[in-house]
Amino acid sequence: MRHQITAGFMPLFDSAVLVAASELGFAAREGIELTLHRETSWANIRDRIAIGHFDLAHMLGPMPLACNLGLTPLASETIVPFSLGLGGNCVTISNAVWAGMAAHGAKPDLDPARAGAALGAFIRDRAVAGREPLRFAVVHPHSGHNYELRYWLAACGIDPDRAIEIVIVPPPFMADALATGRIDGYCVGEPWNSAAVAAGTGHIVTVKAQIWRNSPEKVIGVRKAWADENPEALAALLRALHHSARWCQDPANHTELAAVMARPGFLGLPPAVQMPILTGHLQLGGGAERDIDDFFLPFDKAANFPWKSHALWFYTQMVRWGHVAHTPDNLAIARNCYRPDLYRSALKPLGVALPGANAKVEGALKVATAVGATGAGLMLGPDGFFDGQIFDPDEIERYIAGQKSVRAEA
Amino acid sequence: MVRSSLAVLVIDENRIRASIIEAGLREAGHQHVTVIHDVTGIARRIAEIEPDVIVIDLENPNRDMLENMFQLSRAVKRPIAMFVDRSDQASIEAAVDAGVSAYVVDGLRQERVKPILDMAISRFNAFSRMARELEEARSELESRKVIDRAKGILMKSRGLSEEAAYTLLRKTAMNQNRKISDIAQSLVTAAGLLGPAEDERA
Repeated sequence: MRHQITAGFMPLFDSAVLVAASELGFAAREGIELTLHRETSWANIRDRIAIGHFDLAHMLGPMPLACNLGLTPLASETIVPFSLGLGGNCVTISNAVWAGMAAHGAKPDLDPARAGAALGAFIRDRAVAGREPLRFAVVHPHSGHNYELRYWLAACGIDPDRAIEIVIVPPPFMADALATGRIDGYCVGEPWNSAAVAAGTGHIVTVKAQIWRNSPEKVIGVRKAWADENPEALAALLRALHHSARWCQDPANHTELAAVMARPGFLGLPPAVQMPILTGHLQLGGGAERDIDDFFLPFDKAANFPWKSHALWFYTQMVRWGHVAHTPDNLAIARNCYRPDLYRSALKPLGVALPGANAKVEGALKVATAVGATGAGLMLGPDGFFDGQIFDPDEIERYIAGQKSVRAEA
Repeated sequence: MVRSSLAVLVIDENRIRASIIEAGLREAGHQHVTVIHDVTGIARRIAEIEPDVIVIDLENPNRDMLENMFQLSRAVKRPIAMFVDRSDQASIEAAVDAGVSAYVVDGLRQERVKPILDMAISRFNAFSRMARELEEARSELESRKVIDRAKGILMKSRGLSEEAAYTLLRKTAMNQNRKISDIAQSLVTAAGLLGPAEDERA
């Protein structure tokens, strides 16, 4: 093997592209000896990247930004040359909250606006009755989960910092915390939503794919110092991940992929539990079920391209919720974290479709659209935010100023 | 005894390791040591204990929850930061290698808490060593048991003496470049499949 690469991952389904690269031989075919280490917390991943145990890792999309912006202890400069997929998360609530929402018109249709309106009405009822705020959980403060949950709530007139409480719970503990009443709802990736539905203790009320369709989730975060010293190894890995992602997307391989992820060293959960995220067919609770378009995309719709507009949207949410001050320096850090240039140069020899731009206007595509790209046909979108907002990365000041008004009205 | 005024909270789901750390801290003169195995209600406990130093094992999946709590001023009365700062790369590496992490209240002087972390690191390493030796001993015992069963099967089915049965196992292992216990396990498994299973008859 020409390259030795050590990578960390969390036991979540969206590590699949990295896992399959190792287990199905895609990495070996690129001359890479890829060693994977399963971790128990994002903090461990951050620490082991910082001290050099890992060259790169499966990370939450905003996590490398948080590292580079100095929001975490032990930060080391981290870059993102590859995205591990779009979508995959749900918002799940307890049976008691569902009953309260249903009384205010919620229906098991995953419609974020209808669900949010019903949740808002239920929360106001509780406030009038003098009851404690509902407690929601996410996996990490700097996560797509936290930011999409907050985005959804705020767009529905619910102040996520005052009307509810948001706490951190590790994914495997979510369903149990919901069942025992320690939390009232959560936003997490699969299979931890379907787990609560299967246990009869939760209802899925909306999904990431409907709050913001085709939106970013996990990424490959690489220690920049390692990337600078090992450009060939990194490029080889990105090609291996590309082939792996294409394989993961193909429905013909879903049974095999589910079996690989089911192994004790990866998720360690029965293959059947992995099927909802692969098929997009979800049980919502109470016997309702739904097919969700683009629920989780490990490859299609340019899912692996590290769009700078994705990083910048995360940055606007970090600013919005007080995680970081909006300054020209911080904006520059956010702009330089995702590296489409590295993705493009690594994949160019393959002659595959590559987006020509580094950023796009998010939320502008109402239907799937063929876009200007090198190589043959590349389809993007639809990529709408459920509230019809558009994020233009060239108009970042206006976007940040506009979202503040949500707080002011609350 | 200035050091003993520091309140130390140890969070470790492994009770044996936690008590080893606790003993070490007490021997070093720290009287205010609290050990927590379960993080349920941790925010309230931290508010009560007001720890100066928090030691947590890296296997604990609740590190993300704790770090978030430390960053929210309303959850803990005093701001808490990760102990090892970036300038002390050796300490960071030693801690992560040992499988432990520490957090301290902001502003606490490094030289006051460094001995606590160093002690935690050495006790974590000692515990790992002990656990590894125990595991080796256990697996050695398991190997011996399975080799005895395999010898028994060979003696019965091929009419060999115990010594000849062992020699056959060893020769097969050498030829296949595998461990004797692996060969023995394969034989026991195969015998079980081809049975009449000895377990059923037993």
